[in-house]
Amino acid sequence: MSVDLVTRTAAELRDQMSAGEVSAVEVVGAHLARARAVDTEINAFLKLMDEQALDHAADIDRRRAAGEALGPLAGVPLALKDILATAGIETTCGSRILEHYRPNYDATAVQRLRAADAVVIGKTNMDEFAMGSSTENSAFGPTRNPWDTDRVPGGSSGGSTAAVAAFAAPLGIGTDTGGSIRQPAALCGLVGMKPTYGRVSRYGLIAFASSLDQVGPIARSVTDAALLHSAIAGPDPLDSTSIPTPAEDVMASLDRGLDGLRVGVVAEFMGEGMAEGVRARVTEAIARMEKLGAEVVDVSLPHVSYGVPAYYLIAPSECSSNLSRYDGVRYGMRVDGDTAEQMMARTRAAGFGAEVKRRIMVGTYALSAGYYDAYYAQAQRVRTLISRDFSKAYERCDILVSATSPTTAFPLGEKTADPLAMYLNDIYTIPSNLAGAPALSLPVGLDDQGLPVGLQIMAPVLAEPVLFQAARALEADLGFDPTPRGPNAVTAPS
Amino acid sequence: MSAPAIEQAREYEAVIGLEVHVELATRTKMFCGCAIDFGGDPNTRTCPICLGQPGTLPVVNRSAVEHAIRLGLALGCSISPSSQFHRKNYFYPDMPKNYQISQYDVPICVGGELEVTADAGARRVGITRVHMEEDTGKSLHVGVSGRIHGAEYSLIDYNRAGIPLLEIVSEPDIRSADEARAYLSELRAIVLALGISDAKLEEGSMRCDANISLRPVGHTVFGTRVEVKNMNSLRSLGRAITFEIARQAEVLRSGEPVVQETRHWNEDAGATSTLRVKEEVDDYRYFPDPDLVPVEPAAEWIEQIRARLPELPAAARARLVDRRGLAPAQADVLVGAGLHRLLDAAVAEGAPPIEAANWLANEVTAWCAENGVDPASAPLQGEDLAELVALVRDGTLSSKLARQVLVDVLEGKGGPREIVAQRGLEQISDTGALQAAVDQAIEQAPDAAEQVRAGNDKAIGALVGAVMRATGGKANPQMVNQLLRQRLTGG
Amino acid sequence: MSLTVDEVRHVARLARLALSDDELEALRGQLADILAYAEKVGEVAVDGVPATSHAYPLANVLREDQPRPSLAAEDAISSAPQAEDGRFHVPRIVGEQA
Repeated sequence: MSVDLVTRTAAELRDQMSAGEVSAVEVVGAHLARARAVDTEINAFLKLMDEQALDHAADIDRRRAAGEALGPLAGVPLALKDILATAGIETTCGSRILEHYRPNYDATAVQRLRAADAVVIGKTNMDEFAMGSSTENSAFGPTRNPWDTDRVPGGSSGGSTAAVAAFAAPLGIGTDTGGSIRQPAALCGLVGMKPTYGRVSRYGLIAFASSLDQVGPIARSVTDAALLHSAIAGPDPLDSTSIPTPAEDVMASLDRGLDGLRVGVVAEFMGEGMAEGVRARVTEAIARMEKLGAEVVDVSLPHVSYGVPAYYLIAPSECSSNLSRYDGVRYGMRVDGDTAEQMMARTRAAGFGAEVKRRIMVGTYALSAGYYDAYYAQAQRVRTLISRDFSKAYERCDILVSATSPTTAFPLGEKTADPLAMYLNDIYTIPSNLAGAPALSLPVGLDDQGLPVGLQIMAPVLAEPVLFQAARALEADLGFDPTPRGPNAVTAPS
Repeated sequence: MSAPAIEQAREYEAVIGLEVHVELATRTKMFCGCAIDFGGDPNTRTCPICLGQPGTLPVVNRSAVEHAIRLGLALGCSISPSSQFHRKNYFYPDMPKNYQISQYDVPICVGGELEVTADAGARRVGITRVHMEEDTGKSLHVGVSGRIHGAEYSLIDYNRAGIPLLEIVSEPDIRSADEARAYLSELRAIVLALGISDAKLEEGSMRCDANISLRPVGHTVFGTRVEVKNMNSLRSLGRAITFEIARQAEVLRSGEPVVQETRHWNEDAGATSTLRVKEEVDDYRYFPDPDLVPVEPAAEWIEQIRARLPELPAAARARLVDRRGLAPAQADVLVGAGLHRLLDAAVAEGAPPIEAANWLANEVTAWCAENGVDPASAPLQGEDLAELVALVRDGTLSSKLARQVLVDVLEGKGGPREIVAQRGLEQISDTGALQAAVDQAIEQAPDAAEQVRAGNDKAIGALVGAVMRATGGKANPQMVNQLLRQRLTGG
Repeated sequence: MSLTVDEVRHVARLARLALSDDELEALRGQLADILAYAEKVGEVAVDGVPATSHAYPLANVLREDQPRPSLAAEDAISSAPQAEDGRFHVPRIVGEQA
């Protein structure tokens, strides 16, 4: 029974529950049990919320029995990245500095999930303050990839992706600043989507780089990802950068297929630096799209090679300011000192990990007197050029495709000593963050080591419907099985 | 000022610019919905946003923008078609995010001016900019001294954090302490007229820092600038600038350079002292706040605001002189104190302008000064003032009693007629009622009465005084005089 | 691109990070490498190109001046590492600011 439940998609569980075949308490209980069993292997959760989740599920069952109208995700378990504020529940952002911090408000995305009657079963591990591409930068130990527990799940939303990949939850919430949803989704064989900047409220999303951060869905199917996106997207008066128009309907066009869609292959993303196994699956996937009726064209984004350098000025600059508030005065940890300044400096030195300190230092330097124009302002102008490159490409096509990540999952520890090598994981994902445009990673097969490969599909600002439509068509054709398998894979559900 | 300093002031010219902060009287804070409500318990006017909790975001208060535009228009500034918020990054415990949201290279208002009149005549002071920002919290320093130096630790209250501020930066066009005072006073009068702040210097809802440098008369290059803080009244602004000009002149005269620094005005010592020396340029790492979007006020909105601007102080002064017939000096006093609106209200209730103005300029102002009340918010209605003037005019009250009645009105004991009735203060002008008191006074002071009969007119004063005492001051003194003369000299 | 340890120390002070000499030395090289890489943006000609911060252009996002409930005093300070009399406690503040 419970094996059956944990391998179901969110859409299936929702239908089973509404048909009265299974209760929310049973569904949530099965996933909590699976999460507990598997977490010793993968360390995906920072906190499992058994009691709250089961209470919530029981409440949903009660309301269903009473004939009340329920939300679109009623009773569906969900793994929530620990970067979103949850009232009264520890929200650590993967950092020692917030180890016991309990916000007194809920993030807007969390409120929306509650309104959809989704059940949060736990808060998931992540690179500290979302800075990283492997979830090794968590203060609470690394998360492991369910496909090979000696490898990283990607990051920074590695906890949510590992949880969904390991069947601990059908749905996960991640955040994506430079690829933090799409890259771990690719490395774990999942669907992950970064919405248009401003489409999902950032209120309650603990800021890393405010002009790039977005909340988005992680799931084992395109339909599930679209359902979850629909639940969280829409305007929010608490976020000044939230897009004020109602969210686009991504469900209605889901099954319209690829026929007639113009698919652009980004030349700059097909060059050196990509693993052969990745290139092979991506090339095959593009060929499948063509077979399914898409018109494939080659396009160029001439400035895209400046994306990573621009990102590594913009993101650290914004983070250096965003993270100033962690000073030991109002919340979080404190290391005492003789003076306020000493207390703050000691608290921050002890509370932040190496990568966070590194980025704060880079950002502080880049914003300091005399460098602003050459660094931050220059990077923001390059950002404009990259957006223009995208606009130009979209004159000739509806969507763009590339690999999500240049490699499949790499072994733990392989890149921790070389920050720049780690940064290059995001070479294909960063440009969409800079352009504020939506992008999705779809699993398109395994490399010769049996590790999942992700195809990135990109679309213009607010063109989420076509993104899901294309992904759904390719998914149906490929029939990728998201069950982790192989010698080092996580224990299968039993 | 000492003689040598005056001599130096002839050689050097002071160049002064003022930075004024005004706390806006909006209902809620700049970026969150916390009510602005002074005097609450610590940290009871705070929320996750103004406490800078992780994940929270700012949203701009429409009224604060409107207030900024209002002041900009009143100062003749142009309103930027697109202005931006920046983050000013520095660590300080009373700042919840360790950055202040402020405006930097594109403030909402730029390039206005303010004409001020000081002893040396009129001067146009340029307004560089008016920008919006958020206030910080307040630190309570705990320790023997109660001040920041020598404190053992500090306790922070964030009720004030996030209250909207306007910063008004002048050009370095001011040349004396007197002009600086006139500028601040005029700016305050404008802010009060616009109703955008209560602008209390003593309570910190209006704050003024002065940048002061000296240069030889006739030179155009600026000297080294010193920033002086902590002037909590117009008077202390004047004193601080006077002191600082003398101090810098003395330094220069001794051949030393003026050190670029921030100095603290100590009101008790009557002197400035070093607060911190600027060893290096402040590095605030300004950048556009990515959590906020530009403010682009539509032309129609600006015109709507312009159309609703109230009468500004300069126009009010001109009107009081031209239409109400007041002396320019008195018009200055009333407008400066924000009392002209009360005058208008009293006149509307039928009070003769000059008499009502006299009461305001003398008695009301004096009472406010004694009681530490801002004249602009004096607890008096135009109706009350009109009634008081009428009671004096019709002889019901003597001027002396009227002053007592006014005090009662200001103390909230009721309207003038009410108080007169309650206290039985009507002036006794009835001959019958006064006759007995007059007879008694003559009887009790036969010597004085004899002298008056003998033609010593001055002696009548003692008799009038006796009658006034006997009637508790209520007798109409002219009538008493008349009755005494009738009795004693038949005149 | 190279940095001195003193420059790195100055940046650490601005950022309020009490770093050890070893950390400063390690960061000196890493910062130089990262900045040298990031400086590639300087190769791009951007004359007349405006800066983008948000892909979807918005302006005048304004909130009506209507009060919303504040936190209860005990909730405001509930996460404070140290509090006294409803206020947040900090060690003595030296100097005005830096």
